[in-house]
Amino acid sequence: MNTNLDIPVRSEGEIATVFASDYLNKISGEKIERECKRQIDAGCTTLVVNFKDTEIVNSIGVSILLGVIDAASNNGTEVIFSEVNEDTEQLFEMLGLTNHVKIQE
Amino acid sequence: MPTTQQQKLVHTFSALADIGQEVAHKNNFQEMIHTSLHLLLGSLAIMRGGVARYSRFGHELNFLAVRGLGDDFPLSASLEMSDEREFLNTGMSDIEISQAKMLAFFQRYQRILERKNIELIMPLIVRDELVGMVFLGEKASGEHFNSSDKAIIQAMARHIGVGIHQRNLMAELARRAEENRKLYEDMRMTYQDTVKAFATAIDCKDKYTEGHSVRVGKYSEIIAQELGWSDEEIEGVAVAGYLHDVGKLTVERNIINAPYRINAKESAELNKHPAVGFEILSPIHHPYTDVPLAAKYHHERLDGRGYPDGLKDNEIPYIAKIVNLADSFDAMTTDRPYKRRRPANEVIEDLRRNAGKQFAPELVTAFCNGMLKELTGESKNRQFRRLLGREYMEAEGIVPLLKQALNGMDATSSLTFVASH
Ligand SMILES: [Fe+2]
Ligand SMILES: [Fe+2]
Repeated sequence: MNTNLDIPVRSEGEIATVFASDYLNKISGEKIERECKRQIDAGCTTLVVNFKDTEIVNSIGVSILLGVIDAASNNGTEVIFSEVNEDTEQLFEMLGLTNHVKIQE
Repeated sequence: MPTTQQQKLVHTFSALADIGQEVAHKNNFQEMIHTSLHLLLGSLAIMRGGVARYSRFGHELNFLAVRGLGDDFPLSASLEMSDEREFLNTGMSDIEISQAKMLAFFQRYQRILERKNIELIMPLIVRDELVGMVFLGEKASGEHFNSSDKAIIQAMARHIGVGIHQRNLMAELARRAEENRKLYEDMRMTYQDTVKAFATAIDCKDKYTEGHSVRVGKYSEIIAQELGWSDEEIEGVAVAGYLHDVGKLTVERNIINAPYRINAKESAELNKHPAVGFEILSPIHHPYTDVPLAAKYHHERLDGRGYPDGLKDNEIPYIAKIVNLADSFDAMTTDRPYKRRRPANEVIEDLRRNAGKQFAPELVTAFCNGMLKELTGESKNRQFRRLLGREYMEAEGIVPLLKQALNGMDATSSLTFVASH
């Protein structure tokens, strides 16, 4: 089910997948955050953020992901980051994001 | 593959660079603050935080951007004077929440700050002025802020502070500009009221030429309009017209009102009025230039046969030439103690004949043009008819005469042009 024309979303049962793309690194990335929060509010138990089209993640991107993590933890939703490239994974680890999310191939 | 440490440095320093760009180049203040907060939080992966602007007048912090602080976080918070002093004393350095307990501010907001996991606050101080405050929650890593983190936060916060300060300056500047504009407008109106009162006083002294100054002001205005001058310049010329005879205030009333041609002695007395006018007007600060000069030289003639100094051509200030034409026109078109006014056709003929002798030809052209436009309805102006009466202005043959004069003036103008080059 694609609920937002700009943000690709896939929803299967209680698992929702949101594709981060390159939007993430700009203020417009808040669209992704809003979409994630919508999925969380809609009651998904697992939120997957997919990074297959995300080359790098800058500080704005990290801030937006923290917003997603925070919303998920308030709702007891599990967050999974998938298809994260090696550099970005290392960054997430270093910054402590991996304390809050699972990284998946 | 870069080392972890290198990568971290790159990440935080690019955030620092971005925040500098944001502050320097964003026109949208709200968006700038919003983006800056993202950059600040994202650089060190801080879970939540907010940026507030401090209003010195209300001693109030107003949040411009918040992240992760929830709906129940107060978006406005008041500071005590003692807080402000304390912040200014310690300068722009981070205050850990554990150290903040002595602040009146903290005591008031302790519960909400603790509930929201606020760990660090940083006053934004620019040029010894508290402009705002940054509030930061916990790091995603769960670690405490170390000294390197704090240095980065301080650097980024300084950018945000400068951004807020710039915004304050801009607002202050806009406010002052508006105030100045209003002040100037008030001054101008006061000045114009004064000028009109003066003009009335001058005209009162001369019962035969009642309204002379006001009419000269109006005619001068018409000439300046025809010359395509700016509104402010036109206003200046009108004022010069209103005040040109101010020197007459000191001339004996019986000389001014003499019902006969005055004798040489009386004439010498009367002829002082331009110089006296100049003396009266010079010490006054006029919003327009050349008003005193117009008074001093409004009886000069192009051919040098005028008074007081017998100036010629371009020695005469332009504004004085305008007032001279307006003045002469009014003298010819109104009844004098010893002389009835002359019919319009004669007056126009006189203007044409004296172009280049008494009057600057291009001014006669402008004046006749103004008159013609009114009579043909090309302009909505009714000034001439209002000041001189419809019958007088609409007398037969005036329009053709004006056209003829204007044609002739073209020739005269080009002759003068050839002669002077
Ligand atoms: Fe005069
Ligand atoms: Fe006069």
